[in-house]
Amino acid sequence: MPTTDVPPRWDRRMQQRLARGEAAALGELYDRFASLVHGLAHRVVGDEHAADAVTRDVFAHVWEHPGSYDPAQEPLRTWLAELTSRLAVRRLRTTETAALARGGPGTTEDLERTVRHASVAARADYIVQSMPAPLRAALELAYFQRRDYRQTAADLGVTDDEARRRLRLGLQLLATAHDTGAPGEPPGIGGAA
Amino acid sequence: MSEHRAGPLVLEHHVLKSLLGAWALAACAQAEADAVEEHLGACGPCADEALRLREAVGLLQRPESLDLDPGLRTRVLESCLERRPPRVPVPEWAAAYDAETARLDALLQDFGDSEWHAPVRLRWYESDEASSRRTTVAGVIAHLLTVDGLVAVALGLDDPLGDATAARPTPSDRTEAYWRAARFPPTRSVRAPWREQSHDLVRTVSFTGGGTGRLPVSYGDYELPLHDAMLDRAFECWVHAEDIAEAVDYPYDPPSGRHLHRIVDLAARMLPAVLEHRRLHGLASPVERHLVAAGEPGRSLRLEIEGSGGGEWLIPLDSPAAKGSAEHEVAHVALDGAEFCRLAAGHVSPREAAVGQVGDRDAIRDVLFAAASMSRM
Repeated sequence: MPTTDVPPRWDRRMQQRLARGEAAALGELYDRFASLVHGLAHRVVGDEHAADAVTRDVFAHVWEHPGSYDPAQEPLRTWLAELTSRLAVRRLRTTETAALARGGPGTTEDLERTVRHASVAARADYIVQSMPAPLRAALELAYFQRRDYRQTAADLGVTDDEARRRLRLGLQLLATAHDTGAPGEPPGIGGAA
Repeated sequence: MSEHRAGPLVLEHHVLKSLLGAWALAACAQAEADAVEEHLGACGPCADEALRLREAVGLLQRPESLDLDPGLRTRVLESCLERRPPRVPVPEWAAAYDAETARLDALLQDFGDSEWHAPVRLRWYESDEASSRRTTVAGVIAHLLTVDGLVAVALGLDDPLGDATAARPTPSDRTEAYWRAARFPPTRSVRAPWREQSHDLVRTVSFTGGGTGRLPVSYGDYELPLHDAMLDRAFECWVHAEDIAEAVDYPYDPPSGRHLHRIVDLAARMLPAVLEHRRLHGLASPVERHLVAAGEPGRSLRLEIEGSGGGEWLIPLDSPAAKGSAEHEVAHVALDGAEFCRLAAGHVSPREAAVGQVGDRDAIRDVLFAAASMSRM
């Protein structure tokens, strides 16, 4: 989880370079976001090979349709996280449906449950990736690095009060992942895929 | 015992509420956690929120694929470029550098301070003797940054040396100057400028270096045309990535066959001039038989490289201007591509390289020592 947001100028320039058809820009985009995209995809599809395929689909979509990203609307990482979640859930549904049709184990209800579960995970990841960087940084320290809130405050150079506020607010945002949405749809539908 | 225990912590409601996030994450003091839990028994709204936040913690998950398959990058980019051909492609001769810098950067991704400061011994051949220099992982990246800087300077980009001045603009003098100029030994902070410069180089050669890539790049003592300089930088990036991987005990693969082939080809093309240079300095056998006119076939050594990226090269032995010739073949050596590159990198002694050899022993010795002599810090 990177703790800083890339300046919007970088996003804008990247979008322009992709639109111009600059292969070097595609490489840089991959270098910056591939582990994010692959990690999000893996969480949904639960399989290395399928996560590779989603990663390929995501970058292919951006490369073929650079105009579908609007830097004025949102940061590139947010947009990519949403695109990844959407394509990953779609792939999961397709492969699970195909397995069921081939006479695989389970029922349609199982399939819906699997997809619903994956959708919540995808929404949660999307929320983490799109929340303000200071909240993400606080959660990163407290959860992944096991710092208590006072250490978190010291690491971030903020007051104890502020650290408590960020942790609570971050989790409140994250909790909305459980709120019902149509299965397979991350929040903030927009852009094309 | 109970005399020393402080009474339960008493906190106001708004403080207890503000602690719910930290409590859910198990990130507050025990006394605070106790106070929160006692409060939850009495306050419905806080209990509801506490449950909700605890559930949210279960959704936090570390991204799983910290170690992305390095081959995925090539596959993804190629599949993209097939669907929509680029208007500004990365030149073919810069592809190895693009791939190798990305692989090294992925290796560095999860390094902590102990890895960044792990000792690394740089090894090369100088005057036919093994030389070495001690540094750290961060020091190696600083070395790559400063030597890649030779290409940056040739392209009109900023020189990463900044105000530091090197005695001579050679790779080793520049590196020493950079190491000296820093007040502290290099740290992980060197990664970002190195990576930014490598991205800038790939971008810039895509625009300005396209076509022939003949722009000369000075290495102080000699020059390489841009397209060869980029291969040379790819080669060195891989060699030092292996040094780093070895220092921190990570596995590291050789470049893809396609890129390895180009790197071997660069070394094979440079060998005749290196042989000539060594002959002038009495380090290689004198030419006994025929002086060869430019462009004419001359005595040759067949260099057979096995494995992925392999191939065969005929190395003219008596003059860089002569043409390699199968009819004038006097010796044949066969070795693995990665082994040949380690030899040219000065990581394997020319006496110990695992080489299959037939023919003129002096010629073989000259070529193996010439290959090792191409190495530098």
